[in-house]
Amino acid sequence: MSSTTKPSPRAVVTAPAAVRAARARKSRIDPLYYFFLFPSLVIFTLAVTLPAILGFVYSFTNSVGFGDFDFIGIRNFIAVFQDEGVLSAYGFTLAFALVTVIVVNAVAFFLALGLTSRVRFRAALRTVFVIPMVISGIVIAFVFQYLFSNSLPLLGQGMGIEPLATSILANPELAWLAIVFVTAWQSIPSAMLIYIAGLLTVPAEVYEASSIDGATPWHNLRHITLPLVAGYAVINMVLGFKNYLNAYDIIVGLTDGGPGVATRSVAMSIFRGFEGGDYAYQMANAVIFFLISIVIALIQLRFTRGKGGIAA
Amino acid sequence: MSSAPSTIPGGSAAAGKKQRIRAGRERSNWPATIVLIVCTLSVLVPLYVTTSMAFKTTGQAVDGNAFSLPSPLTFDSFVQAWTLTNFPRGFAISVFVSVTAVAGEIIVSALAAYAIVRNWDRRLFRWSFFYLLAAMFIPFPVVALPQIQLTGLAGLDNPLGVAILHIVFALAFNTMLFTAFLRSIPLELEESMRIDGAGTWQVFWKLIFPLLAPMSATVGIFAFIASWNDFMMPSLIISDPELQTIPVLQKIFQTQFSNSYNVAFASYLMAMAPAIVVYLFTQRWVMSGLTQGAVK
Repeated sequence: MSSTTKPSPRAVVTAPAAVRAARARKSRIDPLYYFFLFPSLVIFTLAVTLPAILGFVYSFTNSVGFGDFDFIGIRNFIAVFQDEGVLSAYGFTLAFALVTVIVVNAVAFFLALGLTSRVRFRAALRTVFVIPMVISGIVIAFVFQYLFSNSLPLLGQGMGIEPLATSILANPELAWLAIVFVTAWQSIPSAMLIYIAGLLTVPAEVYEASSIDGATPWHNLRHITLPLVAGYAVINMVLGFKNYLNAYDIIVGLTDGGPGVATRSVAMSIFRGFEGGDYAYQMANAVIFFLISIVIALIQLRFTRGKGGIAA
Repeated sequence: MSSAPSTIPGGSAAAGKKQRIRAGRERSNWPATIVLIVCTLSVLVPLYVTTSMAFKTTGQAVDGNAFSLPSPLTFDSFVQAWTLTNFPRGFAISVFVSVTAVAGEIIVSALAAYAIVRNWDRRLFRWSFFYLLAAMFIPFPVVALPQIQLTGLAGLDNPLGVAILHIVFALAFNTMLFTAFLRSIPLELEESMRIDGAGTWQVFWKLIFPLLAPMSATVGIFAFIASWNDFMMPSLIISDPELQTIPVLQKIFQTQFSNSYNVAFASYLMAMAPAIVVYLFTQRWVMSGLTQGAVK
């Protein structure tokens, strides 16, 4: 790209010839390029930027979503931090996202390891393992809801396993496990495919060389495979964590936030702002949620850079 | 693990010629194969339950044994699900949302990416790129409440509004994919076409867009899977229940017809099937697309 050799705009100002050249180049732009670019800028601005600004403004008011309202400063934000329902939603969402990221990556990595080893029926196996990715979250959650509340208790009773004898979805202590399970069920394929791509970049010669040196499979895994796919693990964790923070569909299908509010996610608590009349209040919640997501993304990016250095 | 061809016997199974050649190159890892086959049960059992429940009678479905085979086998539940959810209407709406999202995501992002890559030395285009990328950090729940209000005001609290929101929320990722791909297309191709008198419009549609085809396939398939399966956006944005998409319609089996398990599962199966069928026919792009997206 020519951008690397072009002088910076500041430097151009001091050199008249370059200014003329830059102007000449600018005047030569085909106006059609603006026409190509503007649809995305316009819909993005109307559908994301404008609502984001509106939401931010509303978060400092006492609006109920319609009619008159007054500005009430940061009272909403203070109230959010004192609202046990909201705080428990944050606690649940963060803990759920963390556990799910770990489960998904562990299972996906070992599946990928298996699918890149010398197994038979590799293509068919991979086809099957990817299917959950293309199934609607809410629909499969309804299927699992039936299994968890009807079939699993029957099995538990039959085998005399006490904790399984009743529906785990009705148990405030255990319901979140069902949500982790179904979310993992659906997210493992994409993480697995990324790990497969990572594992395929490791040249076979590396393993041959290490086996000549007498390395065991465990040594290979620990000292060759894991360091080389560390970058892919970070990609998976960043993408996954971001998705799990916004968890909604699967929770609606499994528990609808219950029992009580035990599995209510942040997204669910925000959406309640439209039913409950605490519109501005939930906008403040959304602003806080946004800031937390940004902070987590930045932490992860930092972590990525560190890991990249180690892997390189 | 050594893989010297001469020292490896021809596999444990009956040795056909083809198999011996393959076994010579790599010995099959049967323990891992068996473990993986057992693991596929975690995928196949829920799908089996959905299918077998769908073919049961209501009487058999309520016995709680999800794993039994349907006896007698009946198609009644499909007929009932078809009418209860008004399947043809829901299907048409879901198809409309998905097709609009697929076409919109491909065209809008490809056009923007092309304009950005070819004008990277202009500040407006460069900044636009970073502006669009910012969307990756704004999840739907954060802007959902004002969005519901605005789509209502704009008369877009309908399937079209949902399709537009799908396009917007995928914009950052798609534009990034397309720009990465476009940077690898040599400028010379385009210049020779321009010397022959082609304008930007022709260059894009006759040269660039066809070259983008593999990337467009990836973007399109993911757009389809995401918009076909989505529950969150349509359930919040579409105000008229008559205009709901297929996944949202499944909720009636939780609220109204909660004991007709066989009908519910028939309906679930009809909701899942299109995405699974599309996946089975396009899996090459699904798999390559995901890794391209992640690595770039």
